[in-house]
Amino acid sequence: MSTSELDRQWTTRLRRRAVSKIPPEKMLPDTQPSYVSSWIYVFGVATISALIVVIATGCILALRGPTWWHGSDVGHFVNSLHLWSVEIFFFSMVIHLWGKYFMAAWRGGRAMTWITGMVLFLVSIVTALTGYVSQSNFDSQWISTQAKDAINSSGGGAYFNLLNFGQMLMWHIVLLPLALVFLVAVHVVLVRIKGVVPPFEVNPRSDHE
Amino acid sequence: MSRKGFRPDVDAPEWKGGHTPYDILKEGTIALVVIGILTVLLAVVFGSPDQPAITLKSWSNAAPVDFATTALSELNGTSTTAAYGAPYNVQPASASQSLGFLKLEHWVGVRIPIDAANDFVVDPLKTLPYGPVLHSSLKNWKSASTSTRAKWVANYTKASANMKFTDGKIVVNATNAGPVPVMISDLTTMARNGALDQALLTGDSFYSTDYTDSLLFISDGNYLSTLATKDHLQGNQWGVMNETGSYPGSAWLWLYTFWYQIPPFSTSGNGDILVLAVMVLLTAGLTLMPFIPGLRSIPRRSRVYRLIWREHYRNLK
Amino acid sequence: MGPLLYAALLPLNHPDHYFHWHFLEISAANLIVIALMLVTFVAALLLPFPGRRRRRQNQ
Repeated sequence: MSTSELDRQWTTRLRRRAVSKIPPEKMLPDTQPSYVSSWIYVFGVATISALIVVIATGCILALRGPTWWHGSDVGHFVNSLHLWSVEIFFFSMVIHLWGKYFMAAWRGGRAMTWITGMVLFLVSIVTALTGYVSQSNFDSQWISTQAKDAINSSGGGAYFNLLNFGQMLMWHIVLLPLALVFLVAVHVVLVRIKGVVPPFEVNPRSDHE
Repeated sequence: MSRKGFRPDVDAPEWKGGHTPYDILKEGTIALVVIGILTVLLAVVFGSPDQPAITLKSWSNAAPVDFATTALSELNGTSTTAAYGAPYNVQPASASQSLGFLKLEHWVGVRIPIDAANDFVVDPLKTLPYGPVLHSSLKNWKSASTSTRAKWVANYTKASANMKFTDGKIVVNATNAGPVPVMISDLTTMARNGALDQALLTGDSFYSTDYTDSLLFISDGNYLSTLATKDHLQGNQWGVMNETGSYPGSAWLWLYTFWYQIPPFSTSGNGDILVLAVMVLLTAGLTLMPFIPGLRSIPRRSRVYRLIWREHYRNLK
Repeated sequence: MGPLLYAALLPLNHPDHYFHWHFLEISAANLIVIALMLVTFVAALLLPFPGRRRRRQNQ
């Protein structure tokens, strides 16, 4: 096999492109810039950790089906874990957003990191909504019958029917988690490629727009 | 990047300073353990809410007159569902919400067809086992013209203000109401026995996971709404943020529900699409923050970053 | 340990307390969550981060 034939292969081209864009030392670094020295920096990893707990507890709930938790003490406890990990998830994510905003973390070509983060926030909200209507209790009944009016007003309700338990459950446990995990991966890889945003300079000359 | 073209809110200086050892996997593991422990603690201490769902059976037994009144509104076309418009049924464009010339709801059309009178009243009754009185009532209904049916329903509706629930039956002293009194009373009995829950869910089939019919019927009545009010779940109670009991709800939806509390959103028939439009704009603004001069300068001008990077600035001195 | 783990120690199934101010209304639970977020954010900004000596050595 000639070198040029190898060079033309999709696998070779993708591997080379990936390794040049995200070399292993950037993907799994062993140092960080010394300006990363504040507790505000832990909220990104806290959000991801909470998401891992959300997904893990969701998987346990999936083992026994969506109505298991109503009649089982163990199931109810797993549901409680799922609920509180979601609360911690949003808690951490919003503090992470506040921190990144005040750092103007989009600077230096990091706009896509910011944008993927915002899209993650929105997808998380939709995931939470589909989760609420999948509880199969009074809360689901109320939330679905009320929120349907907002979604219907945009025309979306014709295709995204909150009252359709089967559809909402499948969005909640299949489609949206896939979207979330994909977006988290893109978001984290972008941070690894671009690095953590450096501090504002305090040179008086750079204080002018 | 030349210093002349450097935009402090868009560009970032190149870091030429030091690096410190950093164990990313260890940090991730510690975070996961801490969050895991915190989750378990919160779950052990507070648990989670699980207010049981209401059924057409529980509703019609707890509030039979409310149920029967709702069934009548499905039959006479005045229920929220019957008069909804898209995506459930054909109504004038004015029934749907619009944003100026944008009538998105109406344009999408009927995709989840609901014929309230038939789907919620007539068809479920047809699934009941043979009973001579109901059988002949349904036969009368089927063979009557649209105008005759409308007359019967109107006469029953006029008299329904005095509706009573006596000896397990709905009683309305209506004249010239044809089969309507039997239909409404029998539907209430059907609901109280639990058969209506099943009929609305599966109809002629076996499996279903689509509760559209049942939920629309339930939400047309007052019973569900009354329970929700007790838990501060109504729109004008900031209910979007709240949860049953004393549990925290979706605090992150505070801005979304804020608009519903103030005019014009709180008073307009297009409240939902108006709020959506405002939130889409604000969300787009926040998402595109890197590209909006002025707003993207707030972090630098507010100087909160001085706290975040104070050690760095101290070291520079 | 089993039953203790599964039944909440302080279940919150009773009606919540709501705070009103003009058209603003918030449940005690949500107010606590939001207050905790603000406190946590400020604390994250103000609390010293460990490893200062090591970072100075690596400047």
